[in-house]
Amino acid sequence: MSPPAISMAGVVKSFGDVRALDGVDLETPPGSVLGLLGPNGAGKTTAVRLLTTLLVPDAGTIRVAGLDVVREAADVRRRIGLAGQYAAIDDNLTGLENLTMVGRLYGEARRTARRRGLELLERFGLDDASRRPARTYSGGMRRRLDLAAALVARPPVLFLDEPTTGLDPRSRLDLWQMIEGLVVDGTTVLLTTQYMDEADRLADSIAVIDRGRVIADGTPDALKDRVGGERLEVRLADGAAAPRALEALAPLSDEPPTLEDGAVKLSVRGRSGTIVDAVRRLDEAGVGVDDVGLRRPTLDEVFLSLTGHATRRDDQERDR
Amino acid sequence: MRRLVSDTLVVAERNLVRLPRAPDLLLAFTVQPVMFLLLFVYVFGGAISTPGYDYVDFLIPGIIVQNIAFGGFVTALGLNEDLHKGLIDRFRSLPMARPAVLAGRTLSDVVTNSLSIVVLLVTGLIIGFSFDASPPEILGGVVLLLLFGYAFSWVFALLGLLVSSPEAASSLGFIAVFPLTFVSSAFVPIDSMPAALQAFAQVNPFTVTVDAMRALWVGAPAGDNVWGAFAWALAILAVFAPLAVARYRRAAGG
Ligand SMILES: Nc1ncnc2c1ncn2[C@@H]1O[C@H](COP(=O)(O)OP(=O)(O)O)[C@@H](O)[C@H]1O
Ligand SMILES: [Mg+2]
Repeated sequence: MSPPAISMAGVVKSFGDVRALDGVDLETPPGSVLGLLGPNGAGKTTAVRLLTTLLVPDAGTIRVAGLDVVREAADVRRRIGLAGQYAAIDDNLTGLENLTMVGRLYGEARRTARRRGLELLERFGLDDASRRPARTYSGGMRRRLDLAAALVARPPVLFLDEPTTGLDPRSRLDLWQMIEGLVVDGTTVLLTTQYMDEADRLADSIAVIDRGRVIADGTPDALKDRVGGERLEVRLADGAAAPRALEALAPLSDEPPTLEDGAVKLSVRGRSGTIVDAVRRLDEAGVGVDDVGLRRPTLDEVFLSLTGHATRRDDQERDR
Repeated sequence: MRRLVSDTLVVAERNLVRLPRAPDLLLAFTVQPVMFLLLFVYVFGGAISTPGYDYVDFLIPGIIVQNIAFGGFVTALGLNEDLHKGLIDRFRSLPMARPAVLAGRTLSDVVTNSLSIVVLLVTGLIIGFSFDASPPEILGGVVLLLLFGYAFSWVFALLGLLVSSPEAASSLGFIAVFPLTFVSSAFVPIDSMPAALQAFAQVNPFTVTVDAMRALWVGAPAGDNVWGAFAWALAILAVFAPLAVARYRRAAGG
């Protein structure tokens, strides 16, 4: 059993009166992806900044790549990559210059750093823009460049703070694919997110964090099951067929399907093939269908069912 | 130590490559000081009496010192921007020498300050300034200017790390540096000022430095000013560089 790549034990960090982290325990094995899921103000960025040696904890121990982040900070920095909540790139430099600079600051020679920069730009689909000032990049390109900068030194442990927040759906998908590519390389990743679907897709395990505490953790499936799994929603062509539809779909779920606003809803657990199965059953029962879809629980639903209170977006707007 | 030097050079290079790409910044180092010089010489020059000197000979050392003191502004603005954009977080997460980000910033100011000195001197020579000095004295003056500017860059570095926005850095910087430069011997002889201002102007490091420059470049009686000016610059450096580095280590709430 190799030691965890990332671990936090009893970690507390306060800013004045605000307890940003209030006794956090986390652990993830090498080569896995840990998702830190929580609303704005939950303490995600604070956790990342502690893990990357930018802050010192008030209490508790933090180890990254087997090293203590306080006592062995300099060695930790050689083994991590960080892409913060805001793309940390110099707008006046080109993409290539940004990456070369970071490589040289990791101690590489200019030529080595440049070669690595070119390689990363190609991998992240930025080779055409490599000689343009980063000022001219779109939001998605900036994020990709930022991620590339975090990878310059091939760090075994990578921290991504809300890597897709503010991106359009297309760029989000691109970035997801790039992050999935990293995992294939064996990199350990800790990523924070406000989106359940993102954590679900990318993470091997998820820790849900609220007001500085971990309120639930486990695999994405286990977590979704705790909040009632995914929901199948079927919009009927003819409302009168509802009773037949309810009857036809009942075997798909442990709980009886419900009828809300002209749509049949039921929670489902075994995911693969559910939609096909549902459509076939409805077809056999002679029920016309307008629309059918699987809906994942949102962060808000996860929160509501785990904590009994909704996410507190409004009083947590201040982020830095 | 080798890491400190190489990391510092990387950061300085980063700050300098942008110069040719940001013409507005280049204007701030070249056209703006020249404009000030011409305004002072031709607008106030006739009204200010500087016994023993042509006004342009009196003014050039003063206006160059003033310009050099403001040269570090770029450091305050740049660091503040880096802080907000998360670049400081990235730098602090890298295995680089801790003081290198600030040392690189302030080093690039030395380059831009040199540029300002050349531009002002050439303009000065065109409009009638003449040295009354030996080559070692001229060189000594340049060294003093660069050292003085370097010391102020560290003051601005600390300012840039402390304030909440680039705008705040600008206005605080102006509030701090403007009175210092004007209530000094930079633009007018201090015996023309009211007594209270004179008392302040006499101990003002700007007066000491400007007087030292006049001693080195236009043959004014030096007194202790030359050594005093070097001492001031080194003292400012010795106080503000450690403060700025300490602040950098815990930037953004550590
Ligand atoms: N530097 C700081 N100074 C004061 N309060 C802070 C600071 N950083 C974070 N906080 C507070 O700590 C809490 C957690 O913030 P953060 O870790 O940024 O949350 P998240 O990244 O999950 O949105 C918030 O209440 C925030 O206002
Ligand atoms: Mg955050």
